[in-house]
Amino acid sequence: MADTVVGANPDPHAPGEDPSRRDFIHIAAGAAAVGAVGALAWPFIDQMNPSGDTLALASVEFDLSKVPAGQQVVLKWRGKPLFVRNRTPAEIAAAIKDDNAPMPDPQPDEARHKPGKAEWLVLIGTCTHLGCVPTFQGGDYGGWFCPCHGSHYDTSGRIRKGPAPRNLEVPTWDFLTDTTVKIG
Amino acid sequence: MLRKVSALAALGLALIAGPALSAPHPKEPKAVSWGFEGPFGKFDQAQLQRGYKVYREVCSACHAMNLMSFRNLGQKGGPFYDPKYPNPNDNPYVKALAKDIQVNDIDSETGDVIQRPATSADRFPSPFANEAAARASNGGALPPDLSVIAKARSGGPRYIYSLLTGYAAPPAGLTVPAGSYYNQYFPGDLTASWSGDHDHVPPGGFLAMAPPIQPDQVSFDDGTKSTVAQQAKDVTAFLAWAAEPKMQERKQFGFAAMIYLLIFTVLLWFSYRRIWRNVAH
Amino acid sequence: MSGHSTYEPKTGFERWLDMRLPILRMAHDTALAFPTPKNLNYWWTFGGILAVMLVVQLVTGIVLAMHYVPHVDHAFASVERIMRDVNYGWLIRYMHANGASMFFVAVYIHILRNLYYGSYKAPREILWILGCVIYLLMMATAFMGYVLPWGQMSFHGAVVITNLLGALPIVGEAITTWLWGGFAVDNPTLNRFFSLHYLLPFMIAGVVALHIWALHVPGNNNPTGVNVKSAEDTVPFHPYYTVKDGFAIAVFFLMFASFVFYNPNILGHADNYIPANPLVTPAHIVPEWYFLPFYAILRAVPDKLGGVLLMFGAIGVLFVLPWLDTSKVRSMRYRPTARLYFLIFVVACLVLGFCGAKLPDDPVIPGVSTFQLFDADLNSFVWLSRIATAYYFAYFVVILPILGLTETPLPVPDSISAPVLSHPATTPAGAVASPEKRG
Repeated sequence: MADTVVGANPDPHAPGEDPSRRDFIHIAAGAAAVGAVGALAWPFIDQMNPSGDTLALASVEFDLSKVPAGQQVVLKWRGKPLFVRNRTPAEIAAAIKDDNAPMPDPQPDEARHKPGKAEWLVLIGTCTHLGCVPTFQGGDYGGWFCPCHGSHYDTSGRIRKGPAPRNLEVPTWDFLTDTTVKIG
Repeated sequence: MLRKVSALAALGLALIAGPALSAPHPKEPKAVSWGFEGPFGKFDQAQLQRGYKVYREVCSACHAMNLMSFRNLGQKGGPFYDPKYPNPNDNPYVKALAKDIQVNDIDSETGDVIQRPATSADRFPSPFANEAAARASNGGALPPDLSVIAKARSGGPRYIYSLLTGYAAPPAGLTVPAGSYYNQYFPGDLTASWSGDHDHVPPGGFLAMAPPIQPDQVSFDDGTKSTVAQQAKDVTAFLAWAAEPKMQERKQFGFAAMIYLLIFTVLLWFSYRRIWRNVAH
Repeated sequence: MSGHSTYEPKTGFERWLDMRLPILRMAHDTALAFPTPKNLNYWWTFGGILAVMLVVQLVTGIVLAMHYVPHVDHAFASVERIMRDVNYGWLIRYMHANGASMFFVAVYIHILRNLYYGSYKAPREILWILGCVIYLLMMATAFMGYVLPWGQMSFHGAVVITNLLGALPIVGEAITTWLWGGFAVDNPTLNRFFSLHYLLPFMIAGVVALHIWALHVPGNNNPTGVNVKSAEDTVPFHPYYTVKDGFAIAVFFLMFASFVFYNPNILGHADNYIPANPLVTPAHIVPEWYFLPFYAILRAVPDKLGGVLLMFGAIGVLFVLPWLDTSKVRSMRYRPTARLYFLIFVVACLVLGFCGAKLPDDPVIPGVSTFQLFDADLNSFVWLSRIATAYYFAYFVVILPILGLTETPLPVPDSISAPVLSHPATTPAGAVASPEKRG
């Protein structure tokens, strides 16, 4: 093999020096390149996360005085329906009575409302089966009834009969004042 | 060879930068500077707050800012940002400022159009229902939306400041049409209204906006003297922020990016020299 | 040179894959082992820079398309939403807008490199023509992309350019109406421009693949213009040119970043931050800087159709350049007379760009009024454009054909390696060629 000064396949490392092709400088440059690509990848991934205006609607405030006793109001929250229900004492009693009844997703009624304010139920109005919106006061338990596949929810929003696996979801919410709540 | 071409390119670029000097043109914007200019520029939060007050109390009577929401005021870099409230919707100042302003809404029970206090998620309301109403109230002229005005005028903030402070008594020989005002910095060709020497037409133009700022018109809560120049400077800073709320973030990211790229370039240079060491080329 | 492959699959997986889809072989042959002339200078790094910028534009563009709304009532606001609300939207938008300008800076340098070193000459004519096709697709893409933010310049620029087609005889008006999808530039136009703006870059990518294929048949040109005679004249593309291109790309990105982060709107026009208004024309309609030379050529001709034809002719003449240049010598390094004319050509292009930004009747030297020549004073930008346009065409159609026949070129070296000894390797000759250590 005749290697000359202007070598055809010039040896990147001359004899007498480190034979390692993995010179530190190449590793450093390569690492910097990978680092640059990684650092730049994050903005491109993060841009698909919810943007500022979507997050602005992440929480909603609501005035409870709009809901008469025994009625519910449906709000739109984060693109989904939200039930705000003002329960009558009879409905509350019926819910508490069934606390230990057999049901697919057992949960006591007091875990589903704010302490001392049992009349106010705030639930996400999406059936936990396949996502339809249950109708108010329908079904065998006076709570809600989902017409799509026949799920019955009681006055606490718990699934009692039908294919839905879990109770109607309680979102993060709290009282701001006695009459206003913030959801989300 | 390389030097010649780059010198030519530099010359070419320098020439392109020159303005057209022949037609009558407005006065060059005043040389005033703000802290947010330059590669390390930052918005002065106090200035932005004063500027918002000027917008709200003076400009918003005629000028909409349709792209701005109240929550933007509480964003990082914005006038009412508070690190305790990373989500600007929760910021109490923002909520209070929003509540002061009435916005249109539909009554969910009757379907009527009603007015209600704004929330942080609402946009800044428009002073007029539509363009026709805006024109009717302003002698046929449409007050431009100010959301991106600082980027939409050549000269940017300097132009806006100069315009706000650049109203002058019209020189003798200039006929100012009714309902218009002479401003030395507003673009226009006054040749037709000028009875003097046509080679010395006064700079500027006529606009339908009366001088909008009076001395002491907006009282500043931090005690800053409310001169016309101060109000103009502050509202211009606010408009510059409104046009580019991410400017600070951009420059900070840029600093990190440039440092990284410089290091990367140097590393690649040495890597290149190492690899090519043995090759005559 | 497209010779035989030197790829040796090392692992079992590589052998398995190589028998079914020799993609690693192709990558090895085209990007790793490809014998590349060892004397390429930095003007040769712009091909790699262009490839990277195409990827940058594609990635930023696809991401922007997740948020942009191509409807006249929402386009402007959706762009501002990207700038304000989308996480890092401001970064992606500014990268895309400034990336387009950087793309054109690189493509102009790349084209000038080809003109100077004769890279369009045989056997690279198809390579050159594919490059011209890429350039045309880039211009179409950039034009449609600029319309999308639906600012004043977007709208009125679209109006001016689409109206040019009306100059075509007989079919002009029908074509314009067809392109608009209506009686003026409006929502149908915006919507289809968005669709095509998304499509064309992928066609560019396809033509780029053909471009690289066509390059790899004869191999790269080099600053001497002399063909590669032996393997001694070349080095493998990796690591020699991967690292050199990498360095050049890093420097280019420093420039790109300085625009994106510190002066993102300087290459644009303030009027494009005013929402489009069909009833109000901006005082001064100007295209983006990379179209200014063609705009100047368009306005140089007093006749509308003539201007359109000459403007397209300015690009058309590039397609036939390989057959216009009669010189037997490729590289202008050895053509001192041609070099001078080339320099004037570059100046003419810069002058055309400068004129494109000016009002045609404005005086070049302010305050000076000479005499009326036909439709304008001689001291006007339209006449300067005419002179520069005349030179632009004369360079291709008159100068290059004649020069090749009349000039006396400098002696061309026999091979690439011959003149290379002016820049010897940094390790002394003896150390490398010690025979005992070589097999």
